Amino acid sequence: MLKLTVNGVPHDVDADPEMPLLWAIRDRLNMTGTKYGCGIAQCGACTVHMDGQPVRSCQTRIGDVGEAKITTIEGVSGKVAEAVQGAWRNLDVVQCGYCQSGQIMSAIGLLTDNPKPSDADIDGAMEGNICRCGTYQRIRAAIHEAARTLG
Amino acid sequence: MLKIARPSATPSRRAFLAGGAAGAILIGFRLDLRNPAHAAAGPDLSKVPAQPNAFVRIAADDTVTVMIKHLDMGQGNTTGLATILADELDADWAQVRTAFAPADAALYNNLLMGPVQGTGGSTAIANSWFQLRKAGAAARAMLVTAASSQWTVPASEITVAKGVVRHAASNREARFGQLAESAASLPVPQEPRLKDPSAWTLIGKKGHRLDSIAKTDGSAIYSLDIRRPGQVTALVAHPPRFGATVKRVDDAAAKAVPGVVAVVKIPSGVAVIARDTWTAKKAREALKVEWDDSAAESRSSDKILAEYREIAKKPGLVASQAGDADAAIKGSAKVLEAEFSFPYLAHAAMEPLNCTIERASDGTFDVYAGCQLQTVEQAVVAATLGVTPNKVRLHTQWAGGSFGRRATPGADYFAEAASIVAAWDGKAPVHLVWTREDDMAGGYYRPTVYHTIKAGIDAKGAVTGWRHTIVGKSIMIGSPFEAMIVKNGIDATTVEGASDTPYQIPAYRFDVHNGREGVPVLWWRSVGHTHTAHAMEVFIDELAHAAGADPVAYRLGLLGRAPRLSAVLKLAAKEAGWDRKPTEKGRGYGVAVHESFGSYVAMVADVTAGDSSVKVNRIVAAVDVGVPVNPDVIRAQVEGAVGFALSAVLRNRITLKDGVVQETNFDSYQPTRMPEMPQVEVHIMPSSEAPTGIGEPGVPVLAPAISNAVFSATGQRLRSLPLDLAGLKGA
Repeated sequence: MLKLTVNGVPHDVDADPEMPLLWAIRDRLNMTGTKYGCGIAQCGACTVHMDGQPVRSCQTRIGDVGEAKITTIEGVSGKVAEAVQGAWRNLDVVQCGYCQSGQIMSAIGLLTDNPKPSDADIDGAMEGNICRCGTYQRIRAAIHEAARTLG
Repeated sequence: MLKIARPSATPSRRAFLAGGAAGAILIGFRLDLRNPAHAAAGPDLSKVPAQPNAFVRIAADDTVTVMIKHLDMGQGNTTGLATILADELDADWAQVRTAFAPADAALYNNLLMGPVQGTGGSTAIANSWFQLRKAGAAARAMLVTAASSQWTVPASEITVAKGVVRHAASNREARFGQLAESAASLPVPQEPRLKDPSAWTLIGKKGHRLDSIAKTDGSAIYSLDIRRPGQVTALVAHPPRFGATVKRVDDAAAKAVPGVVAVVKIPSGVAVIARDTWTAKKAREALKVEWDDSAAESRSSDKILAEYREIAKKPGLVASQAGDADAAIKGSAKVLEAEFSFPYLAHAAMEPLNCTIERASDGTFDVYAGCQLQTVEQAVVAATLGVTPNKVRLHTQWAGGSFGRRATPGADYFAEAASIVAAWDGKAPVHLVWTREDDMAGGYYRPTVYHTIKAGIDAKGAVTGWRHTIVGKSIMIGSPFEAMIVKNGIDATTVEGASDTPYQIPAYRFDVHNGREGVPVLWWRSVGHTHTAHAMEVFIDELAHAAGADPVAYRLGLLGRAPRLSAVLKLAAKEAGWDRKPTEKGRGYGVAVHESFGSYVAMVADVTAGDSSVKVNRIVAAVDVGVPVNPDVIRAQVEGAVGFALSAVLRNRITLKDGVVQETNFDSYQPTRMPEMPQVEVHIMPSSEAPTGIGEPGVPVLAPAISNAVFSATGQRLRSLPLDLAGLKGA
């Protein structure tokens, strides 16, 4: 039995330690806001925070999580998260929306470390998140708007 | 309370569905993708009856729920469709909600697809425009009548605004929720008065997307997120070659994986059923399957294309012609020839294909998926499970993209899920999941296509004749849609956008050859226009250059009978600063203009080209989609079309080696990423024409605009897609 702390709630998970965190979250804890897109860390749809840092949950084995605190899209909170989600809504970034949990988790990670990112900073932090609907222009604008909101 | 009518299960209305095979349900199917305004025999959409009970539910809590008969795969049609109804209803945008309608072809058919409920061809807004206006106006009239009798005041003195019904003289008002129940018992007015456009409060304005909140907090449910009690997850081992079948299975190791529930053979492969996705994946890896390749497609994609080149030398089926094109070209001052090839393309929507089917205790079935052709999907699931379609309930979920892939004429992945349920006797809800690899290597690609064009110009540069041959596998031939769509062996979706060109060419002939390879092909966001617009718009550019003419002016000279196309072309050129094009080395502007699905789009691309590289700096688009129902969603669709199609211009291709697909994930088939995204500006033509669609029409013009810009920057014509950047030399 493995212990996983997700969004502040401890869970016991009876699964192979090799199981990727993504599938433990989605299929065992039934929290489906974190998405499966590629399974090989190419698309970023599965991005969650591990002790505040964005990680690809499809490449994180649950056996390796240990005491780390996992935060998913359902559990993000605080000023940065509110600014990011608010900007996303204000600019109507989403289309199909499937990648946006991961985009938002990456954007929160970026703005937490770098409150005033340049376009090049955004390119660097968001390059690993694919949006097949092509909402990149609005994602960029929303990150800048969130940065302004945060002052 | 206005109630949704229960889905009709009257056998007589559905008798044509009996038998269940997809072919049988398509009697009377038509796919009328052109602007209804020009379709010669198109339906008069303004004659649709007012059906408020089918399309709107007003609850006591004052919420207004608009029933969405289409799939929203990101294009924002839920927002647009709700806008149309809510405006006529005079609802407040904040009280508007949406819900996906059940499968019910009698109530919820796409009016441009005959008796079929489905989403495609950028028709959601176009076919619903009058239907939802009438439904909203009828519901509003019923609310007014209810208030009028409650207050015993003349209906003519009652006003409605932002969800409030008001009688000013007596200073009385009521919210919709307070009147809904008494309104529901009133007769439905059949010809409610529609608003004058000057009275619109929501149409043409920015209303926030209704799905923005749920899609930014993780609460939006896609079909991959369906979790039914007791649900098991199934992965299917598919053959590596299209058309192969199972010869022998050794499932001992797979069954030994803890958590595996069953392994069953189904027509499309071998299904592994397990307690979760990860377990099913591990067990599938442990499965040993020997495939029978005797009927499989085993050619490489290079070989298929080489065969197309040979086929193109022969005369084909004539899709359209006027005058004697060969004679006209022979007598020309200059003759130009070009060939264009296009690869197979995967849709690669972010949410891989999946479907969940649950058997209820009464022997009926519930299906959860991103349903895009509900009538077909319901019939196919029913046939596979041996029940009548009225025993199958579809629950359409938000779709994580589609770009055409979820609308398969044979409902392939629905059939697969149903066949697992059938083979396993429906012991628990089955959640079929395709991995990214299954999804990308699973076929149903944009066909590989080959074009040759030969045309002449006279001494003044005017085009004299045009001879054009297209070789590609038909999407419709061999599908249940064949009888309705294919005429004289010609599939309109192979030649659309070329053989019906709006350019005034004195003599032309468009030939088509149907490829016959065993690779399943399908519509891919903008269908035939994905290749025809590119070939037409690059070659027109070549003629303009040969004529020594400006590419915009040259096109305008040929578009005398296409005022809406001319107008978007002029607007895009003006907004892009076409007359002030930069002259720096390695930088170029290119233009393209095209009509698809009754919408008109022009794009100007600004690129910087260097050795083996192209950077797209900026795209300026102008669009005419009739009345812009939600301008911000229209802009978003064009921005997104650029982001979606850019990687197909620069690098994407699905290749087959001895019949085996080589690209299986986003490492080898890389979609556009953030750093590549150009700045996109979208300008919308004001219009009072009935609205058309914008999900697809932004796509066709991107590739030719970029290719033409690369020519302008470097003097090199990169005709085929993806652009052959390896051969590009910087200026």
